[in-house]
Amino acid sequence: MANQALPRPRLTGPQPIVGREVRNRLNPLVKSSDGVVADRVFGWAILACALVVLGILALIVWQLVARSQLSWQAFGWKFFGGQDWDPVNDHYGALPFVYGTLVSSLLSLVIAVPLAVGVAVFTTEMCPKWLRGPLSFTTELLAAIPSVIYGLWAIFVLVPILRNFVQPFLATTLGWTGLFEGPPFGIGMLAAGVILAIMIIPIISSIAREVLSVVPQHQREAALALGATRWEMIRLAVLRNARAGIVGGIILGLGRALGETMAVTMVIGNRPEIAKSLFAPGYTMASVLANEFSEAAGDLYLSALIEIGLALFLVTIIVNALARFLVWSVTRGQPARTRA
Amino acid sequence: MASLRGPVPDSTGSKPPHGVLEISWWRRVADHLATGFAVVTVVLVLAPLVAIFGYLVYKGIGSINLAFLTQIPKPPGELGGGMANAIAGSVLILAIASLLGVPVGIGAGIYLAEYGRNRFGDSIRFVSDVLNGVPSIVIGIVAYTIVVLRQKHFSALAGGVALAIMMVPTITRTTEEMLLLVPNVLREAAYGLGVPRWRTTLSIVLRTATSGIITGVMLAFARVAGETAPLLFTAFGNQYWNWRVDQPTAALPLQIFTYAISPYDDWHRQAWAGALVLIVLIVTAVAAVRFAVRRGTLGGVA
Repeated sequence: MANQALPRPRLTGPQPIVGREVRNRLNPLVKSSDGVVADRVFGWAILACALVVLGILALIVWQLVARSQLSWQAFGWKFFGGQDWDPVNDHYGALPFVYGTLVSSLLSLVIAVPLAVGVAVFTTEMCPKWLRGPLSFTTELLAAIPSVIYGLWAIFVLVPILRNFVQPFLATTLGWTGLFEGPPFGIGMLAAGVILAIMIIPIISSIAREVLSVVPQHQREAALALGATRWEMIRLAVLRNARAGIVGGIILGLGRALGETMAVTMVIGNRPEIAKSLFAPGYTMASVLANEFSEAAGDLYLSALIEIGLALFLVTIIVNALARFLVWSVTRGQPARTRA
Repeated sequence: MASLRGPVPDSTGSKPPHGVLEISWWRRVADHLATGFAVVTVVLVLAPLVAIFGYLVYKGIGSINLAFLTQIPKPPGELGGGMANAIAGSVLILAIASLLGVPVGIGAGIYLAEYGRNRFGDSIRFVSDVLNGVPSIVIGIVAYTIVVLRQKHFSALAGGVALAIMMVPTITRTTEEMLLLVPNVLREAAYGLGVPRWRTTLSIVLRTATSGIITGVMLAFARVAGETAPLLFTAFGNQYWNWRVDQPTAALPLQIFTYAISPYDDWHRQAWAGALVLIVLIVTAVAAVRFAVRRGTLGGVA
């Protein structure tokens, strides 16, 4: 046959591995014992880890629901409407804590949102390039400080400043609103709002920065080409496009503020009362847990505290899910930041 | 003007070219006001940061001495003493938390990246995001009900479990992100050489992403190292040395909290010292690992 007459083809490409040395190097990776069984075992082990994540959430929900049954049966919905928190007579109403949590968180948003959005706009739109890195690094650094250190600083630095300068000023200028009256203790709802604001600014501004930076460059170019000033360009082309994502960041900050415990506990005054004035001491859901949980003697007392924990859990889950959905709708397709 | 990322309106700066209508004065003013506002916000945000760090270093450095680092607390009202047992307790609790949390977190991250491109993976992704947002005090409650109530007393283990629960979602998501950065070509090359899937994942993919994963672990570690709320009713605190996993244990953040709200000046001083030690521990832990990873001493290939 003609084929047999042809010379053997010369191999010019990569040569097959035959040398003993090379095979040794591959040995740790390829062994005859490797196979379907090992693959399956590994798959199951990894799946187990993933299931643990699901399990943790299920465990949290189950424990909170099961352990708060006693209180739920005793008070029902009235638990969140009652104003009396009276461990001595075993009568519990959580309204002052709900109120304190909502007011301190909203107050912190009022302070934090303009600042955080301003910083994000500055870093993405105005800042010289050399400053951009250090600036975002420093704001991230704020997020790395433990909350107990914020609280420590707030007690010894922020509260005296509020007591001696800010509160007298607010009382004289805005005292007529009724929000800023009463003796200026320093400690109280206002201090809690301010320290919370300092803590959530990095969260909001890092999300806002991320969202602003995915606004397409040609949107900016188009606005400038139409004769917009820089501010008009930012307002019309950038902020408007990034709206949903910024709101998502704000809600994420809200979620953090609602659940924040230590710093708030240290400065809010811890008194279960509802007062209109922001100078008055208050109490939040998280701080009542921090202060009273380890001393809760009775079953009903413990159950009432766990019910507060359950409420806090549900609220933060709803708030976070909403926030993630909004951020997702803007930065869609890109992986979620872990620090978010 | 040079700071604009896109094209600048025109080459002569803020002046419009000939034949174009002038920008009215109030639009100019609004523009300047906006710029000024943005600069002011930056200053206002940086001010507390500088104030916190400055005050922390100022108060902390003057308060740290040998006794602080080597002694256990004195009874209330007495001068002196230190937080040595709290530092040791923090190390114990964090070791427990890392032992429990890191393998699970990395495993779940591997699952999401390598097997989890489906609806089930999405649900795990969502759940870990949700867990990330759960207030730490709520996690403390759960650690209390599942560990403390069963053991009938507070313990380092309960504190470790609480912190481990907080570490898992962060590590899961960073691990997934890092593994997804590993080019598919590497996986295909390994399969092509006949390497089984588990071996590919562990020896090729995971190894390539080592440095990123370690960074993620350190971030989670730094986050839980300063956590106080979940330890309040799990580790509880202790005035004496404790190395036993099933006994109440002091922790640095707990001790800072107790001392900060106490009426004693000397305890306030020690709270500042403790805060400085805590922040230095966190920052050096993170920086050391980043440095080691960058220098390749930890075997990171990336």
